[in-house]
Amino acid sequence: MSEVPPPPHRRRAHTSTRDLERYADLFAERTTVMRSSAMRDLMAITARPEVISLAGGLPDTSTFPPKSFAAQMTRIAQESAAEALQYGPTEGFEETKDCIVEVMGAEGMLVDPHDVIVTTGGQQAIDLVCKTLVDPGDVVICEAPTYPGAVPVFCSYQADVVQVECDEAGMRVDLLEQLLEQLRRDGRRPKFVYSVPTFQNPAGVTMSLQRRQRLVELARLHELLVVEDNPYGLLRYGGETLPPLYQLDGGDFVVYIGTLSKILSPGIRLGWAVAPPPVMEKIVLGKQAADLCTSTLTQYFVREYFAEGRWRQYVEDLVEIYRGRRDSMLAALREHFPAAATWTEPQGGLFIWATLPDYIDTGDLLAKALRADVAFVPGQAAYIDERGRNSMRLNFSGVSDAEIGEGIRRIGAVIAEQVELYEALTGERAAPVRQAEADDGADVLPFRKTGEAGG
Amino acid sequence: MKVAVLKGGRSLERGVSLRSGARVEDALERLGHEVVALDVGGDLVKRLSAERPDVAFVAMHGVGGEDGTAQELLEILGIPFTGPGAAACARCMDKSQAKHAIREAGLPTPDWFAFSQTAFRELGAADALGGLEQRLGFPLVVKPSRGGSSLGVKFAADPAEVPQALVSAFSYDDRVLLERFVRGRELAVSVLGDEALPVVEAIPAAGDSYDFEARYEIGRTRFVCPAEIDPAASAAVTEAALATYRTLGCSGFARIDLILTADGPQILEANAIPGLTDTSLLPQAAEAAGMSFEQLVERILDLALKPAAA
Repeated sequence: MSEVPPPPHRRRAHTSTRDLERYADLFAERTTVMRSSAMRDLMAITARPEVISLAGGLPDTSTFPPKSFAAQMTRIAQESAAEALQYGPTEGFEETKDCIVEVMGAEGMLVDPHDVIVTTGGQQAIDLVCKTLVDPGDVVICEAPTYPGAVPVFCSYQADVVQVECDEAGMRVDLLEQLLEQLRRDGRRPKFVYSVPTFQNPAGVTMSLQRRQRLVELARLHELLVVEDNPYGLLRYGGETLPPLYQLDGGDFVVYIGTLSKILSPGIRLGWAVAPPPVMEKIVLGKQAADLCTSTLTQYFVREYFAEGRWRQYVEDLVEIYRGRRDSMLAALREHFPAAATWTEPQGGLFIWATLPDYIDTGDLLAKALRADVAFVPGQAAYIDERGRNSMRLNFSGVSDAEIGEGIRRIGAVIAEQVELYEALTGERAAPVRQAEADDGADVLPFRKTGEAGG
Repeated sequence: MKVAVLKGGRSLERGVSLRSGARVEDALERLGHEVVALDVGGDLVKRLSAERPDVAFVAMHGVGGEDGTAQELLEILGIPFTGPGAAACARCMDKSQAKHAIREAGLPTPDWFAFSQTAFRELGAADALGGLEQRLGFPLVVKPSRGGSSLGVKFAADPAEVPQALVSAFSYDDRVLLERFVRGRELAVSVLGDEALPVVEAIPAAGDSYDFEARYEIGRTRFVCPAEIDPAASAAVTEAALATYRTLGCSGFARIDLILTADGPQILEANAIPGLTDTSLLPQAAEAAGMSFEQLVERILDLALKPAAA
C-alpha cells in the first residue's frame, strides 16, 4: 500500500500564557478540579515498547478470530449497509438489548429490555448516571480504593466524594452504615453508592453475600441508589458465583452498569445501564443530549456476533487464558515480593492489588521501576485523598505469562532495594517471613485494616 | 536552516520534553526552518550523522538530556547546539555539585548535606543523620541530587519523616540532598545570553506550600511575571541569578530558582534546559520582556550559532 500524504491542515501556533489567561474567565468552575500532574507525565514513559506494562487494564483481544470478524462485517455490509450506517434510537436497538438481556441472564439476572439503555461503553453509563443524579456538592459514596476512571467523572460533576474502606470481602458495609447515619444526622442525603462488587477494579476483591444483602437493604432503608458496575462478573476463575446486587434487589434501588469491553472488545465501545423507569427516562434524555445514540455499526456487529451463538465459548476461552495469567502473577508475587508485602488473590477480573510497607511511596517506586523497564499503577490513583500511597494495581490480563513473571521479578527487585535501604536508615529488621503463613494455607490479608471510614 | 530538535528520550521527564519539543518545532517551522524531529534513542548518532543538521535544538529534560550526555555527543559530532555546553549541563544537573560551586563563589545557598546510597547501605551513614538534622533544623527538604520537576522532593517535618523521605528521593537518584528549608518567596530568573529576563514568582494555592507536586499542577500554583517585588530586591535576585549562571559556566540560556528571604536571595538550583511548554516559566518571562515564542526560539538559535555575538 502506498503512503497517503496527510491532508492539508492548519498548524495552530501554540498558545502563550497570555492566551491561556484570555480563556481563563470562560472556563467552567468544574474544570478547576481537572488536573494534570508530574505523575501523569511519568505514565507517558510506560508506553515505551521495552517497558513491560502491568499498568493497563486491557483485555487480550488477540484471540478473537479475524475470520469471524471479517465474515460478520461482510454480512453487515451485504445485507444491511444502509441501516448500519444510519442513526439509531437513543435507547439502542431492541436486538442489541436482547443480547444484553442474554448476557445478564448468564449471570442469573432477569431483565425487562425496556429498563435497558445501550451506551457508548460502561464509562458513558457512569457519566449519564452522574448527569442525572448529581448536583454540585452532592455526596457520592464509593469504595476505597475505587475504579480510578470513575474519579474524574465524579469530580467533573463536582460531587463531594466520600470513600468507604474495603477489605477482602469488599466494601465494609458496616462502615457504610455508620457513614449513612452520620450523613443523616448532618442533614445530607447521598445520591448514590458506587460499587464494583465483583472482582473489583482496582482491588480484585469480591463483596460477600452477606454484605451484598445488607447493602441492598440499606439502599431501601435510606431510599438511595446503589450503582452496581459489573464489567468482570463473567470472568470468574474460581470460587462460587455470587448473585449481583441487581438480582438481590430486583432493580428498585440498584442501577446496573454492564459492558462488552471485557468479554468481547473495548474498542467497539458498547456498554449499558439498567435503571427503574423514572430514572431511565432522565438517563435517556441525558444520552440524547450527549451523543444521540450509540454507534449503529457497533450494534449491528454485536447483533451478528451474538447470532452466531458462540459468545459464551469465547468468554470461556478468555477465562482459561486469564486464569493462567492470574496464577502466574500470584506465583511470581510469592517468589519475588518481599515478606512485608501483601496482595489480594482475586477469583476473577483483571487486577491484583498489592500493598507494601507504609514507608514506600508507590509513585516514587514507579520512577525506579521505569528505569528497570516495568510499570504499574500507583495506588493513589484510586483515592480522592492522599491514601493508597503504598499500594499498587497490577494487571494480568493484557500481558503474556512470561512477561508477567519477568515484570513482577523486576518490581520485586526495586522494592527489595527500598526495603533494604529503609532498614539501613532505621535499623529496623524485616517483617516475619510470609512463607510460614503460606504453608499454613492461611489467606494472605490484602489490606492493613485501619477500621476507618473514608471522608 | 536545517534544525534537529532533540526531544523525549528515556528520562522521567519525557512527557514534558515531548511537549517542549513539539512547541519548538512549530515555532521553527513558522520561522521558515527545515525541522528534523528526533525522539532520542539508540539511533541518535546515526540519525544526526545522516541528517547533518546546521544546528541542534536540545529540548530534553532530566537525566540523559539535560545532564550533558546528549551535549557531549553533539560536541564530538561538531554540531552546534542550543543551551549550555556538556560541562555546564553536568554541573547544573547535579544539585550537590552546583551548590558546592555556588558556595565556593561566595553566593548564598541554603545549608545542605549530600549522601550516596552506598553511604547508608555500607558505611552506616544513618548514624550521622541525627547530628545533621540538628544542624539543618526542621522542616528540612530531601531531594534527589539529579532530576528535575518536583519528582522525589519531600519535606520532612520531624526526624521520624526523614527515612521515608530518603527512600523516596533515592528512587530517582543514587545521591540525595538534605537541605535546610528557607522561608520566603519562590522566584525563578531565566537568563538568555547574558541577560536576565523579568523575575517570575510562584505562588502556591493555600495549603499547598509543602506540596512540591502542586508546582506542576495547573491551577494549584499561580505564576506572576514580572514578580511584584521592590526594585532593590529585584536587582539583588537578578544579580544572584546572573552570578550563578556565570559560576556554573552556562551559555545560551538557563533558569535559576531562588527563594527571596528576609535577608536576601538564597539560590536553590539552576536548570540548564528549562521547560518550553505552554505553561513553562522561561517563555513566560520572555513574553513579559516583550518577546514572542518565535522570537525567543530565534534568539536561542542565534546564541547557539554565534556564541561570541551574545
